Amino acid sequence: MLKPKHFFLLPALLTLVAIILFPLIFTVRVSFSSWDVYQAGLDYIGGRNYTRVFEDTRFWESLLRLSSLSFITVTLQYVIGFALALAVWKQMKGGRIFRVLFLVPMMTTPVVMSVIWRTMLHESLGPANDILSAFGIGPVPWLSSAAGAFVSVVIVEVWQWTPFMFLLLFAGLVSLPREPYLAAAIDGAGPVRTFWQVTFPLMAPISIGALIIRLIEASKIMDTVYILTSGGPGTATETPSYYIYIRGLRDFQVGYSAALSLTYLVLMIITLTIIAKLLMRFLVGKDA
Amino acid sequence: MWRSEAFIMGKSRAVRSLYHDAIIQTWEETMKKQFTGSLSAIALAVTGVLTAPMAQAQDYSRFGIDSDLPGTCNFAATDAKDYSGRTLNIITHAIPVIGEPTALHAEQFAELTGAEVNVVHVPFGDLFQRIMIPFQSGQNAYDVLFYGSLWIGDFNRFLAPVPDAFLNSSGMSDVTDSFKGVATWNGQMIQYPMDGDRHYLKYRTDAFENAELQARFKDATGRDLAVPETWEEYNEVAAFFSGFDWDGDGEVNYGSAEVAKRDDLMFSAFISRAAPYAKHPDVTGGFFFDLETMEPLINTPGFVRGLELFVDAQKSFPPGGTNFGLGDEIFSFGGGQTLMSYSWDDAFIQAQQEDSRIRDMVGAAPLPGAREVWNRDSGQWDNFDEPSLAPYMTWGWSSAVSDMSEEKEMAFDYLCFFSNEANTFHDLQIGRFGVNPYRDSHFDSGFWQGLGWDASVADSYVKTLSEMELSENRVYDLRIPGVGQFMSSMANGVAEALAGQKSAQDALDDVAKEWAGIVDRIGEDRLRDAYANVVRLEDNEG
Repeated sequence: MLKPKHFFLLPALLTLVAIILFPLIFTVRVSFSSWDVYQAGLDYIGGRNYTRVFEDTRFWESLLRLSSLSFITVTLQYVIGFALALAVWKQMKGGRIFRVLFLVPMMTTPVVMSVIWRTMLHESLGPANDILSAFGIGPVPWLSSAAGAFVSVVIVEVWQWTPFMFLLLFAGLVSLPREPYLAAAIDGAGPVRTFWQVTFPLMAPISIGALIIRLIEASKIMDTVYILTSGGPGTATETPSYYIYIRGLRDFQVGYSAALSLTYLVLMIITLTIIAKLLMRFLVGKDA
Repeated sequence: MWRSEAFIMGKSRAVRSLYHDAIIQTWEETMKKQFTGSLSAIALAVTGVLTAPMAQAQDYSRFGIDSDLPGTCNFAATDAKDYSGRTLNIITHAIPVIGEPTALHAEQFAELTGAEVNVVHVPFGDLFQRIMIPFQSGQNAYDVLFYGSLWIGDFNRFLAPVPDAFLNSSGMSDVTDSFKGVATWNGQMIQYPMDGDRHYLKYRTDAFENAELQARFKDATGRDLAVPETWEEYNEVAAFFSGFDWDGDGEVNYGSAEVAKRDDLMFSAFISRAAPYAKHPDVTGGFFFDLETMEPLINTPGFVRGLELFVDAQKSFPPGGTNFGLGDEIFSFGGGQTLMSYSWDDAFIQAQQEDSRIRDMVGAAPLPGAREVWNRDSGQWDNFDEPSLAPYMTWGWSSAVSDMSEEKEMAFDYLCFFSNEANTFHDLQIGRFGVNPYRDSHFDSGFWQGLGWDASVADSYVKTLSEMELSENRVYDLRIPGVGQFMSSMANGVAEALAGQKSAQDALDDVAKEWAGIVDRIGEDRLRDAYANVVRLEDNEG
């Protein structure tokens, strides 16, 4: 039964409808229209856009590419972020300075940093190849070969977002109880065994949260690809977000890009839910 | 204050309009008499014949021009208008290219007329949608629009025709026929010309004229070193000049800088390369499509040959050259790294900047042609003793007034002022403004020599540009609805071939399939009607 106090929820509910539900429902409606560069408006064409999505090999290839890109970047971010967090967790000289320094990349704007990285990796004029040439290496085709461009995107993503992983994992380490470590020390466990038997299991819930958050973010990668490689060479670094951007805002295929976006959203929700369940089962030993 | 201005200011708006028309007619007659196409003649006219009427004119040098020049919409004529209390909304490209002159002349226009002028700057990638969304939703968001001229196929439904008064203005009568054609849709001018673009070849004269390099080239190839006349020759010369320091600056040089990055105008580079193989001078009825059937021709042998040569040329690019956007191409050639380049004017202007180390060491020439051209009527290759050229009148900047605008008169006055004689000559001199020659009077070697260019460089530049106007085998952009989709699809196919993901034929076959799908979705008849405008230009039918 509605009571006066329930009406206090109204502003929040209205905000939710305005900023989440309405755009989502509108996008669903647009995806069933032929809204295009010539045909504006919400006519109804049935599931034609979705049929096109399933036949669009470029979209599915970009999804596969995103899977490997996300897996590699997030894994590297987790490993490096964990290592850095462990390094500054214990008392060390200058630890506070390092904690701040490690966070700097995360605080920079991705677009600006991508421009800077693009300049650094410029094969003719950038310092990366200049430095490597001093050691007799190169020139490395950072952005003009498929493998080079993929690696470049990985480098920039890892550089930019490892600090985020570091921050979450460091916060987790700081909050760990001391008793298990005392018990491990009494039992004579060394640092490696203590890590695998105590730290890693205790950190599992936090690790899963950090991994999922980063996977969600990585699945939306757009600005780095846009600035660094424009999805090239060929389609070697084209991700779904960038492809949807091309179809929607460059080609102005509004209806089709809405169908692509919703398909992508559903796939991401399903995939990330499965990944979260699997991580919980293998790292924590139970379902979430 | 100028006497006429004071007179006009005291009249009603209607009277001012009539007086405005009278001024246009007077100037038109004056222009016909005084403007012979030479800027030196203009200078003489300003200081000589027209001294009397201009004697009492105001000094407008505070606006950054040397002096006001005669013309329909010069500073004095614009000063005579009063748009106080009225607002003009303009959307344009980001600063500096076109965005900077838009803002500069908007500020001048506001000061002269009393109007409030708002300028919105948008990056190129967002410009199309920022214009199209208000159009599609029926919002009167902007009065004046600056955008790529190839979007006329999408925007034509929403643009106001240029009124007769402006069609007969001094500046408009000087615009070349080809750029008037670019601004015209179904026989009506709906874009206001303020820029002229074309692709042409740029090369280093110091290398081509170097006796030692000539001898080495002859030894290596058995051929005399000459400016390439075909794309095969271009690739051969570029390959020879790659990988060693032929200009003695201590840095390794390369043969060719090209716009090869997929989403950075690469589609235009590909059209330049494919045009001479696919555009047969004796075949009419469409370059990208067969106008009758609207069947895509993008995977026909001419285009495939162009793409194969594009792929082959990559070995002569500087490191990273396959990822070069327009900016990289400008700085690679303009900075002296490469022997040759082709695209818009910018790389040439960059090379000719006062502080450039290769100033006056560059030349301009027509885009290379082809000795074998695909004849789609006969279904075979035709041989030509002299290379067949197919100049690409690539898209450039254009402007227009929205049909929904409630300030059309002021909007056209602004565009006329933007492109008045003094402003245009000022803007042409500033490379970053992105304004390139588009009037007969701009093809005057004396003007460029006046900027400090060597006579031979200025001559080659002016000759190359002006001769493109005379060609009867020109290629234009695909100015039809959905051009963004067509070009995006083509660029992706070309990029896949350049990256080695597909063969040239396979890549273009896939593009053709995608194009057929776009034709189905947008509508064959609708596209045919639009494409007929392009074919008319290419087939020299006006």
